[in-house]
Amino acid sequence: MALLRRSETVIAGILLLAMVLIGTINPAFWQLDNLFSLMRSNVIIGIMAMGVLLVLISGGIDVSFPAFAVAAMYLTIKGMLALGYNGVVLPLLAATLMGLAFGAVNGFFVYKFRMIPLIVTLGTSAMVRGFLLGVVGTSMININKMPTALIDFARTDVVSVTKADGTTYGLTAMVLIYLGLALAMHLVLRYTMIGRSAYALGGDPEAARRAGFDLRKTIFFIYCVAGALAGFAGLLHSGMIWLANPRDFVGLELDVIAAVVLGGASIFGGRGSVLGTMLGVFMLVMVKNSLIIMRVDTTWQLVVVGLIVIAATALSAWRDRRRAA
Amino acid sequence: MSDGFIELRNIRKVFAGVVALDAMSLVIKPGEIHCLAGENGSGKSTVIKIMSGVYRPDGGEILIDGKPIAAMTPIEAIAHGVQVIYQDFSLFGNLTVAENLAMNVHLGEKRRLMNWRRTRAIAREAVDRLGVELDLDAEVASLPTAGKQLVAIARALMSDARLIIMDEPTTALTRKEVETLFRIVRDIQARGIAILFVSHKMREMLEISERITVIRNGRKVAEGPTGDFDEALITRHMTGGDILNEPYAWTPPPGPPPVPRLEIRGLTVPGKCEDLSLAIRPGEIVGLSGLLGSGRTDLALALFGMVPGYKGEILIDGAPVRLRTTQEAIAAGIAYVPEDRLTEGLFLPQSIKRNMLATSYERLAPKLVIDRSQAEEMTQGMVRAMQIATPTAEKPVMQLSGGNQQRVVLARWLLTDARVLILNGPTVGVDVGSKAEIHAKIRELAQHHGLAVLMISDDVLELVQNCNRIVLMHRGCFIEDLPAAAVTEETVSDRLKTFT
Repeated sequence: MALLRRSETVIAGILLLAMVLIGTINPAFWQLDNLFSLMRSNVIIGIMAMGVLLVLISGGIDVSFPAFAVAAMYLTIKGMLALGYNGVVLPLLAATLMGLAFGAVNGFFVYKFRMIPLIVTLGTSAMVRGFLLGVVGTSMININKMPTALIDFARTDVVSVTKADGTTYGLTAMVLIYLGLALAMHLVLRYTMIGRSAYALGGDPEAARRAGFDLRKTIFFIYCVAGALAGFAGLLHSGMIWLANPRDFVGLELDVIAAVVLGGASIFGGRGSVLGTMLGVFMLVMVKNSLIIMRVDTTWQLVVVGLIVIAATALSAWRDRRRAA
Repeated sequence: MSDGFIELRNIRKVFAGVVALDAMSLVIKPGEIHCLAGENGSGKSTVIKIMSGVYRPDGGEILIDGKPIAAMTPIEAIAHGVQVIYQDFSLFGNLTVAENLAMNVHLGEKRRLMNWRRTRAIAREAVDRLGVELDLDAEVASLPTAGKQLVAIARALMSDARLIIMDEPTTALTRKEVETLFRIVRDIQARGIAILFVSHKMREMLEISERITVIRNGRKVAEGPTGDFDEALITRHMTGGDILNEPYAWTPPPGPPPVPRLEIRGLTVPGKCEDLSLAIRPGEIVGLSGLLGSGRTDLALALFGMVPGYKGEILIDGAPVRLRTTQEAIAAGIAYVPEDRLTEGLFLPQSIKRNMLATSYERLAPKLVIDRSQAEEMTQGMVRAMQIATPTAEKPVMQLSGGNQQRVVLARWLLTDARVLILNGPTVGVDVGSKAEIHAKIRELAQHHGLAVLMISDDVLELVQNCNRIVLMHRGCFIEDLPAAAVTEETVSDRLKTFT
């Protein structure tokens, strides 16, 4: 049974089990408004996870994307306020391009100096955050100043339901953006040579060089896309929470990397899929969400996420070693 | 004169002032199986890299079909049909067989999109052309070495190859897999494709090739049809001298039989080996052979404390010991030189000294501080005793030849005052000259220092020549315990072939 051996099947199974378990402890879990809010929480982490997936497949790691996301978001909104511009498409494009430019810096160091991606991205992350707070500003931009177009855009629902008590809730249309980007990433990874070159690079860099892949192109592509997705997600996030906080996304790298590894991507590179990542993101968000519902302290949530990273990495390392044997 | 497909004329190559190749000439005729023989460090890999365009020669000419090639590049070499199968195969373990096979076609066509149906079709054709069975959807990492090699060969054949260069292709293969490989090589030859077999295994060269070129120290020293050569002659050319090969004789000392250095009673590793009993007396060299998976490596690992769950008894000099960790095994006087000294045994970027002392630090530093002068003395003594070719013990081990690396591993264990030496494939990947020296060292250790040696090897000749007894293992059990004097390489090989 090839289907049973796929890691996605296993992850989906675990996810289902966890959902049943959580649903038993807390029947409110299965209510539509909770599920809708869960899916809403998937959007930002999920979009960022697509970039991290690409980096992990190529054998690298990226811890700089939260910094890039916050910088792209804050700079864009500051710019919008300064120019008095109120729109959606151009700002999203600007944030995406900013993230892309940051990512290119990562790519430059990883390719040109053959540096370890962890060190490069730790460094760029610190620099970008420091620059943002030191030069651009530390003050939050609240709902009263936030560009209204962004908030209105992020408020769009696909479906909305009216409860018996008259309140309404809905499924945000941002989910569609997430799904669209995920589909695009799947197509890139599976059906383009640049996507396959990421797998080749993660599998065996030396063999990839000998085979004639243009590794410069591949590495720049990978880090630029990861940065671009982060920038895009950053601005979208501020629209969804009606707030631009230059200290946002601290510690988010752990959540996202945990989700991607939970989704079956190998921390050693060469393995990973979009479907698995989406399942991993859902699982992580669901677990965190349930901890909140169960009134577990936020510090303990950190412990749980840390545990998930370790357990999922150990599991995938064990799997890879068994496969190689 | 120039009836060759590819010809090297008076090639010279210098690396940082060191002459790697000098006046090197080599002619490969279309469709022949040619062997390039030479010890490690003789310049074999430089020859490969010059033929495949990776290095540019500093002098001399490369001719293809009699026409000189101005500047050979990797792309030009491939365009002329020169394909190299590297020792590590250069495959992507995380991708399927099909994608590995089709990758070069896609890259060659500068495609942007991945067409999976076409990928399969390309791969199917490549596998059919080679005439072997391969699961196209299997991940390459899950294949055995022989399977990976087939993928590499199939890939080389796809590009209208006229010459396939195989670098040490038999190193990690069992005898049976080598036979399959040779059948495939002859098949390829039948299609008019030449093969350059780069090796230092003489019996294999003599078996497969039609012509042999021997190089030593970057120069061609002999060339001719294989029929003109025998093992002794090739060895003489490769090493520049004769190597003596007398079988190892061990006679028990007069009087009551000595207490065995190593004795195992009813040793069982669940699922791996069953009820093994064996005694090795001081000075004995006992050979252990069997097919891969026969449990021989599991036995070695159990003796080195790496299988804490073993059952049965292990006695050293008559005293029972329990070996749950490698530390306990080392303390009991057991030394293990693993199969793959490169990955398991040595810290390649570290100095000879550090590698030698790796298991002796506890003795050198009883109070946390290392006794530097003693450490220096011990290393110097060992470099001399083991005749390691190096100006200084500070040299990183990865800059040494395979034979010298093996000697560093042996030296490390001698420093721990080991009484039992377990060698797993002691001369895999080592050239003839170093091989003979390592064998001489092992014999000396047994004879003069009273060590008990258990030598595990696929190389039956090695066992017949260096052991006084040979134990054959199959499916986790000892099948036979033969006195080496009573057997020949053929009888042992034939016996092994009956195990399936």
